Amino acid sequence: MIDGITSFLASDIRTATPILIAALGLVFSERAGIVNIGTEGLMLIGALMGVIGSLYSGSVLVGAITAILVTMFFSLVFAFFTITVRADQTVVGTAINIFASGLTITLNRVVFGVSTSVPTIDVFDRVAIPVLSKIPVIGEAFFNQSIPVYLAFLAVPAGWFVLQKTNIGLKLRAVGEHPKACDTVGINVLKIRYQAVLFSGLMAGMAGAFVSMGQLSFFTEGMVAGRGFMALAAVVFGNYTPVGAMLAALVFGAGEALQYRLQAANTGIPYQFLVMLPYLITVIAICMMTRRSNKPAASAVPYSKE
Amino acid sequence: MAANSILKKAESILKSSYYPLISIVMALLGGGIIISALGFSPIEAYKALIKGSFGNANAIGETLVKASPLIFTGLSYAIAKRCGIINLGAEGQLYVGALTGTLVGTTLTGLPMFIHLPMAIAAGFLGGAIYGVLVGVLKTKFGASELITTIMLNYIAINFISFCVTGPMKDIESSTFPQSKSILASARYPQILQGTRLHAGIFVVILALLFYYFFMWRTTRGYEMRVIGLNASAGQYAGMNLKTNSILSMFLAGGMAGIGGSMEIMAVQFRLLQDFSSNYGFDGIAVALLGNNSPIGIALSGILFGALRSGSGKMQMLAKVPSAVIYMIQGFIILFVIGRELFNLSKLIKSKRRNTSRLNDEKVKGVESI
Repeated sequence: MIDGITSFLASDIRTATPILIAALGLVFSERAGIVNIGTEGLMLIGALMGVIGSLYSGSVLVGAITAILVTMFFSLVFAFFTITVRADQTVVGTAINIFASGLTITLNRVVFGVSTSVPTIDVFDRVAIPVLSKIPVIGEAFFNQSIPVYLAFLAVPAGWFVLQKTNIGLKLRAVGEHPKACDTVGINVLKIRYQAVLFSGLMAGMAGAFVSMGQLSFFTEGMVAGRGFMALAAVVFGNYTPVGAMLAALVFGAGEALQYRLQAANTGIPYQFLVMLPYLITVIAICMMTRRSNKPAASAVPYSKE
Repeated sequence: MAANSILKKAESILKSSYYPLISIVMALLGGGIIISALGFSPIEAYKALIKGSFGNANAIGETLVKASPLIFTGLSYAIAKRCGIINLGAEGQLYVGALTGTLVGTTLTGLPMFIHLPMAIAAGFLGGAIYGVLVGVLKTKFGASELITTIMLNYIAINFISFCVTGPMKDIESSTFPQSKSILASARYPQILQGTRLHAGIFVVILALLFYYFFMWRTTRGYEMRVIGLNASAGQYAGMNLKTNSILSMFLAGGMAGIGGSMEIMAVQFRLLQDFSSNYGFDGIAVALLGNNSPIGIALSGILFGALRSGSGKMQMLAKVPSAVIYMIQGFIILFVIGRELFNLSKLIKSKRRNTSRLNDEKVKGVESI
């Protein structure tokens, strides 16, 4: 029983991590007034680029950096179209998603061919933290994970601090709330929004790299499977705060973890219903979250002077 | 006088197709750059693409067969968009429509085609429509953003269909493959061109486009929807019911996707399969955007995207270019269509004053199009 709890917790934290990483990035861009629905596609690109980088360099770190650089390039494209050209954010995001699915399928076939054998690549290994990982029940779950998991959860208080206690956080929130007022007092609205989008792109790349190199050790087409959209939902459900996003990611991650456990337990429930679980939980969560006090007033509204 | 007005009409059509055409050209250029970056010849690739989509009667038939579901999902996006709702859920609605259409198409025996086929089509419509209404209800009752609910409902629908064809609806007698029983002959769309897969569904497509036009531009309800889509508070102020219109638009939007999904089963696959759609739902967004949500625009861009799909196989076979390249071209098309201001960017930077007036123009144009 205790073992069961431990392994469920460990599994929940692992499944929540990519959603959390992407959601933390999205908290920043959402707060600045940008809804990046292209996160799903960015994560997909990150997942493939991570694997390619790791394959050619033999180092998971190079893989992760490759993933981040490429997704940041694509989020720059997103930023250019939504912020400078002032195109509809949902539509540009959809374009990124469609492009990403084409790009990843094509590159996957060009790089890895149609062979069925999976090349072994360097992935994120678990690093047990001395002493702490020996704590009963939670030790194994919380302190025997890979580096990105630790970083993701450490980024939660860091993100809260930046958003609430620093000048840049204040500017960011102001830009999402009332861009015109910011412009009047000399804050560069477009620059802040660009930075926020690039940061969310960075996080999406890392999240994608974790899906392909932290949870698994290879790339499959469409492997992100809605986690980017769940990250968006986690931000809303978490009321646009890093801590809220973390709790939401843990809830959505629990759905996925539960799915794996129930599949392994052979309950007789058709597996498709188990696969549905995280999506179903997300829909229910979004419906329960009727109070959105932190939703920026200028959410999804492009800014132009005049 | 008459000649003058025809000229004017032609001019306005040319003007309205300027951005879409430029976008397509730019997207094909972008795709060409990617194809050559991958080490293939873009000219060979595009030659094969055209050959595979318009090269002979069979290819043209195939293009229209692929265009049909795209036009339906395009209509699905457009109807919701006209009422101010972003329907990213056409994929799920299409699957549910395929499911309900299949149920009617496989179980009701002994009916003549002129009764059975319309019944199965109606079932497809209803299935998709109810799934669409669910989104509308979640939005109006709980304030749940349709951006998220539609996507999640897509995954739920796809998995549910997968459950149906591996479990209760599986055809155990014919094979171990996860698929439903075969659609009865009386519920299949008849073929209309010998030697091709072109089917009578093309007439249903035309009817749906006509319905969209007459409903949106010739009825009070359609007018209300468009007002709400442009300015919800103005519509409410004028006494229009936001909830009713939102839910009705999702009913119709889901229904359109549902007809498209059931058509794919009753005219092309003849059995319900898992993952039969290959992203028709999301491509419909591109179709609607490129077509500027207008009936003729959706029809034309649906055919273009259908051609990309039907030609991509030939492109992979003859020029060895992976067929998924067309998704990148589609991504480019959306980007350029939605970022049309890009083509005015030099002006945008030069004169900010004019820029403002253009934005105002946009608003005025929006009002004019009511």
